[in-house]
Amino acid sequence: MKGFRLIWRKSVNMVMLTLTGVAAFAVVSVLFLILGYLVYYGGRSLNWNFFTQLPKPVGETGGGMANAIVGSAKLLFLAAVIGLPIGLLGGVYLAEFGGKTFGFVVRYTTDLLNGVPSIIMGIFAYSLVVVPMRHFSTLAGGVALGIMTIPISLRSTEEFLRAVPVSLREGAMALGSNRWKTIATVVLPAARGGIITGMLLALARVAGETAPLLFTAFGNQFWSPGWNQPISSLPVVIYTYAISPYDDWHRQAWAAGLVLLGLVFVTNIVVRTFLMRGTSYERS
Amino acid sequence: MAKRAPSSWSVRAYLRRLATGDVVAHMVTLIFAASIVLIATLLVFQLWNNSAASRQQFGWGFWTTQTWDPVFEHFGALPFIYGTLVTSVLALIIAVPLGLAAAIFLAELSPRVISDKVAFLIDLLAAVPSVIYGLLGIFVVVPLMRTTIGPALKDAFGFLPLFSGPNYGVGFLTAGIILSIMVVPFIISVSREILLTVPREQREAALALGATRWESTWKVVIPWARTGITGSIFLALARALGETMAVTMVIGNDPKIRDSLFAPGYTIAAVIANEFTEATGKLYLSALIELGLVLFLLTFILNGMARLLILATETDRGRAS
Repeated sequence: MKGFRLIWRKSVNMVMLTLTGVAAFAVVSVLFLILGYLVYYGGRSLNWNFFTQLPKPVGETGGGMANAIVGSAKLLFLAAVIGLPIGLLGGVYLAEFGGKTFGFVVRYTTDLLNGVPSIIMGIFAYSLVVVPMRHFSTLAGGVALGIMTIPISLRSTEEFLRAVPVSLREGAMALGSNRWKTIATVVLPAARGGIITGMLLALARVAGETAPLLFTAFGNQFWSPGWNQPISSLPVVIYTYAISPYDDWHRQAWAAGLVLLGLVFVTNIVVRTFLMRGTSYERS
Repeated sequence: MAKRAPSSWSVRAYLRRLATGDVVAHMVTLIFAASIVLIATLLVFQLWNNSAASRQQFGWGFWTTQTWDPVFEHFGALPFIYGTLVTSVLALIIAVPLGLAAAIFLAELSPRVISDKVAFLIDLLAAVPSVIYGLLGIFVVVPLMRTTIGPALKDAFGFLPLFSGPNYGVGFLTAGIILSIMVVPFIISVSREILLTVPREQREAALALGATRWESTWKVVIPWARTGITGSIFLALARALGETMAVTMVIGNDPKIRDSLFAPGYTIAAVIANEFTEATGKLYLSALIELGLVLFLLTFILNGMARLLILATETDRGRAS
């Protein structure tokens, strides 16, 4: 009886432990499945025209997404200009000056903003920019994405600043430097790698966002000069092409998906392996 | 002698400038930090204000009405709430066991080097944009659902109302499956880190008492980490509720409440994404924004609870060690 019980317990042990391994393997293989599908379908449709030409009207095959690629770049640039300074300086405030109560409020609000569904950010940017301007614009899309970069860049800036040893600050102070000079010339450069990591990861995250762009940047079949008109972007084009009934558009959507995923993965891998150097970055 | 007075005076002025430099730096960073609080306040204000028309028109009835009729401007949110809850719960039913098992494997069984490498891959999985999941959903999962998974489930459980009715490929179940893949990385990475902080002595004590590896994990390590794991599940739930693009692309976009998991449905985020740009009329737009307000409040509460739970585990640990 006792022997049977032991065998039972040991077999439960074996089965459950094997199952956990299977689960881990399954999740990781999903990643490679996703990559495989995109490389297979996207790679077949990807060609030079994709990067250099404008979309062709429905019915004509060929054409590319040059305007969407440039559009995504412009939107990311705006997002960086709007969001990253707030993330950086807000992070400096939390790490260097933050009072207990207000620091807590800012930190909590940042976490809150990080959890807000991206579609809500779209509504926000819509009522903030599109409604007063009365039309969709690059600017509105940039504002939506910019706000979304704040939480990640702010929290990582704070974390990496806090990781800078106190002795470094004391050394600078002992040499007669005052506080802001210490921060600007000693602390920030010491934490540079980590801060840039956080910023790039924040940009990589918003680069793939579609929902906040649907009714802010909207979309555009042509080039969008300036910052004042609706603009095309890779994620939105993938969405509209994927739900369209045209085979040629599906093909283009796969190609755009491959480009977008490649961009996001390369940024993530490069940033995490080269800039991190063993520091721990808090995922949110 | 006469010349020294101004020089010492200017030194003091210089010192004062230095001091004000600190004050200026403090003020500037404070303004930027405060702007985040301002943004969040403005967000709530805008959602509240812009949904006023709908709130006044429909009151609480908005939440219990099933009709969604833009032509006659009659709006009820129930089908969307139903769809959001069903897809999110389905996602959790799949993702929680899978994610927890994978986290146990990474934290308890595999060597640290492999565990870190796999955790890196899981982070990459979390970085895949949701529109890519939608793309794969439309062209890979939906056909698979129509030809393979759906019929198989029907053969096995067809007697249940949940698995009856026509199977179009798009619907609650497809959306739930896609969502589960999207939230599983969050469960794994948070749970794994929490499991890794469980003290070694806990495991050793259980093993020394004759427990098998699995028993020590299931009866000692998991209960110890329970609060934090619950937190990670709440985080995942908040993600699932607010997820827009992938769900929009595979749920079928039909505002009806149906028993069958194969049936097409609609979620809050999906209806906002689909109808916002074509919303003509103040009431229509305001009804959509009210839906957004509720989605915001839901995720806000869930995220807050998740943070508190994860924080509670961490402070517990501080007390114990």
